[in-house]
Amino acid sequence: MTALWILLLPALGMVVPLLTAKWGRNGCTLMTALAPLAALLVLLQATPSVFQAIPIVSTFEWVPILGLSVSFHLDGLGYLFGLLILGIGLLVILYARYYLSDRDNMGRFYAYLIFFMSAMLGVVLSNNVVQLWFFWELTSISSFLLISFWSHKSDARKGARMALTVTGAGGLALLAALLLMADVTGTYEVRELLQQGDVLRASDYYTVIVVLFLLGAFTKSAQFPFHFWLPHAMAAPTPVSAYLHSATMVKAGVFLMARFYPALSGTELWFVIVSLTGMITMLVGAYLALFKHDLKGLLAYSTISHLGLITLLLGLNTQLAAIAAVFHIINHAVFKASLFMAAGIIDHESGTRDMRKLNGLFKYMPYTATLAMVAAASMAGVPLMNGFLSKEMMFAETLTQETLGALSWWIPVLATLAGALGVAYSLRFMHDVFFNGEPIDLPRTPHEPPRFMRVPVEFLVVLCVFVGIIPQFMVGDLLAAASLAVLQHELPYYSLSLWHGFNLPLLMSVVAVIGGAVLYWHRRHLFHFYGQFADRDAKQIFEGAVQALQTAMVAVNHWLDNASLQRFMFLLVLLALILAASPLLHLHETVGTQPQLALNWVVGLAAMLLIVATLLTVWWSHRRLLALIALSVVGLIVSISFAYFSAPDLALTQLSVEVATIILFLLALFFLPQSSPVIDSPFKIIVRDLGVAALFGSVIGTLCYVMLTRPLTSISAFFLENSVPGGGGTNVVNVILVDFRGFDTLGEITVLGIAALGIYKLLARIPLYMPTTDSKGHRWSQDRHPVLLALVSQSLLPLALLVSAYIFLRGHNLPGGGFIAGLITAVALVQQYVAHGVDWMKGRIVFNYQAIIAAGLLIATMTGVGSMAFGREFLTTWFDYVSWPIVGKFEIASALIFDLGVYLTVVGATLLILANLGKLTTTERLRAGEG
Amino acid sequence: MEVVMAFVVATLFSCALYMMMRRSIVKLVIGLILLSNAANLLIFVVSGLTRGAPPLIIEGVDPSPFVADPLPQALILTAIVISFGVLAFAVVLIRRAYEVVKTDDLDQMKDTDT
Repeated sequence: MTALWILLLPALGMVVPLLTAKWGRNGCTLMTALAPLAALLVLLQATPSVFQAIPIVSTFEWVPILGLSVSFHLDGLGYLFGLLILGIGLLVILYARYYLSDRDNMGRFYAYLIFFMSAMLGVVLSNNVVQLWFFWELTSISSFLLISFWSHKSDARKGARMALTVTGAGGLALLAALLLMADVTGTYEVRELLQQGDVLRASDYYTVIVVLFLLGAFTKSAQFPFHFWLPHAMAAPTPVSAYLHSATMVKAGVFLMARFYPALSGTELWFVIVSLTGMITMLVGAYLALFKHDLKGLLAYSTISHLGLITLLLGLNTQLAAIAAVFHIINHAVFKASLFMAAGIIDHESGTRDMRKLNGLFKYMPYTATLAMVAAASMAGVPLMNGFLSKEMMFAETLTQETLGALSWWIPVLATLAGALGVAYSLRFMHDVFFNGEPIDLPRTPHEPPRFMRVPVEFLVVLCVFVGIIPQFMVGDLLAAASLAVLQHELPYYSLSLWHGFNLPLLMSVVAVIGGAVLYWHRRHLFHFYGQFADRDAKQIFEGAVQALQTAMVAVNHWLDNASLQRFMFLLVLLALILAASPLLHLHETVGTQPQLALNWVVGLAAMLLIVATLLTVWWSHRRLLALIALSVVGLIVSISFAYFSAPDLALTQLSVEVATIILFLLALFFLPQSSPVIDSPFKIIVRDLGVAALFGSVIGTLCYVMLTRPLTSISAFFLENSVPGGGGTNVVNVILVDFRGFDTLGEITVLGIAALGIYKLLARIPLYMPTTDSKGHRWSQDRHPVLLALVSQSLLPLALLVSAYIFLRGHNLPGGGFIAGLITAVALVQQYVAHGVDWMKGRIVFNYQAIIAAGLLIATMTGVGSMAFGREFLTTWFDYVSWPIVGKFEIASALIFDLGVYLTVVGATLLILANLGKLTTTERLRAGEG
Repeated sequence: MEVVMAFVVATLFSCALYMMMRRSIVKLVIGLILLSNAANLLIFVVSGLTRGAPPLIIEGVDPSPFVADPLPQALILTAIVISFGVLAFAVVLIRRAYEVVKTDDLDQMKDTDT
């Protein structure tokens, strides 16, 4: 459970700042810090088992059949990152208390921050690849919220959008890579995946996996050429930058590479791509950092450079390099977080981050200046600092490389050059800001920050120094545990100490320091050289590309869908046509081997009638009443053909629905526009539509014929065999509806109920005038409710109800059932509306139809739930035979109760629809409308 | 007989589609009604034409393989009822849309913001 709690505590703590925002700044900060603090304590309590490499896993089954589970684990690497995320997170919370102004919404800021923290913890603790990816995307989204926190600034919005686009796109590539990995190895568990490195490397997909995977990691970790988003993310409040760009967000990419190091590394492909990308990023970042006038810009490019260094180490083909990478992850997080915070203090107290104005701050804030300079020295890799140790390990590893063959000596030389550039920009950070003359019109007079704003910086700087002097004592165990998790087998010998004697790496360090100093000394020439090139703004290029894409997509969209239903349907039908017709093209014969039935005159006549009626419907479509009559003939013959071809249930259903449909259409004719103002479409459109319709019909017809003349294997044998023993009914169609596929039926009656309620709502306030004449000026008949009709229908009602009861009860064994009985009842009642009018019915119907629908759905659902009370699955039916005197043997089945629910829903829905439409035609509605 | 049934289905589909591509609302509704009939008939027909053998089990008699296929029948049965509900909903929705845009011409019903 430990691993879960570490994530769960901050996740729950997300709401705390929102709730406590009104308690004032101190109260809110204190309460916000509680959850991460508790999580940190849980993490620390797990320290002994992590250092002894005892795995801590908590798994919850989700969809076991798909291998999906919610699973967390805590190993050395996860522990290291958890420590960084929670530890630096807590310092950032304290720092932000003083950084944010009164105008900033503190509760919202902290909520986003904790959200991000939880997402990061999710990434490092996930043991399932899909889950890992989910949290990965959450870090993108939450960092978007953090970067755009000052959403009134255009820079912040654009920077956040760019970060989200780049990292989000990388995330998609990562998802593909992870799914491929899971597919190749057959497991979604990270722990198991790491053991399957050989399977992955041997797989055909290896190249694809590595490229997609690295796309995800490189975009997140701002590796060249995806580095451009990171400097623009500096528009965020400085606490965010200190958090995202030192310990967390950008480290997620290198975390991912370290996490899957045992599974994916070890091939030429990996080493070439990763080490070259790392090397280029390290050089480009360091070079550009030197020329930034913005304090945070310098730090941003320096971050890119250091991420490049870590990537380079992960791409060098030695185990020691991987250990050095882990070590540098720790060191960079510590010194870069403190530097960002120091930069934030300078910005906060002097009002600018422009290094052309910031000069000689040492005498205004000597204490802060000292702290910042110590941290910057660590960034430069000066001895006695932690940055020196991991940088020297990097130098040592570059010397052993053979990736570039005879040109391999380039690697240490370029590494030293990057080191020198690092020293140069670190010198600039120290000298330009704190010395170098007097400040030039600063907005404020700089002074030391509040006491507690400096505490996080002090803490981190002390760590820098202590790790630098006594590394083995400070981080020896932590590094060993994390490296073990990265390498997945016993660690090679390495020594963590300040002094290794006079050797080549030390010489490289010395060269880098001296070279850096020389570079900085001659910076004027360098700036001149740099100034010759036009400054390309990544933001403008990016925004331009996005806009172009958007315009193109709008054009495509408009071409596909110009908001005309006809055009849209035309395209849709065309697509369906292609999909349906393409398999037909592969058939050699249209006619299959199945023996065909002989045509008799009954079928021939019926078919003829159906075709003629259909064509007449179209022909008369502008004369509505005639079209309606033709349409009812179509429905009638369809229902007769159901009866003719052994589907009595269908015939009964179709017949009763046909009645309801015709009444519906009659009512619709009343309130749909009486005369069509449309002049019919131009001739060529008619021809086009006729062509498409005929083409489609012919494809469907062919399909129908092809299928009919070929043998068909169906799963229905199961239903036929199990209907009586399993479902207790001899009408297989009904047993399927209420038993085998009862869940589907439940869904369907729910849809029906929702449709009816929707109609009820839509009709509620419909304004409608009642014409006194028809469209040709004839007055309506005065005899609205003919006596004969009223008499006959009234006397038929009990009979119809009796029939529907009979149909309902016998449904389980003979044609009938809830659907059909419900429709018969509904039609019988609608007939009373037609014969007597709404007012007459109103006094006699005491219940409302919504309640009937609700009761029906409730009964059906409760029948399903009832079976769970007996320890069975939802909707398991139960039946038994009892002997009653006189009646004889009688079956009781829970399916009958379910069918009752179906019956009630159908009655309620049909009547709710028709009665409400009918009401529109009466004075009843007018009064309601006026009231 | 198979050819005749295929022809019937083809006619129903063609006419339904043609009606749905007209600009008038009423024709669209007619098209919808025809389409649901066509689809039901298609599913019914392709599952095999069986005469005089509804899927009912007589006690003591082995359910013969020549009984009509019950599964498509069950599917169509619910489809018939649902399509009635959907049709009614479509009719009322169209009426409501007509209320807002005041036109019977589907080509004029383009904007969502009216």
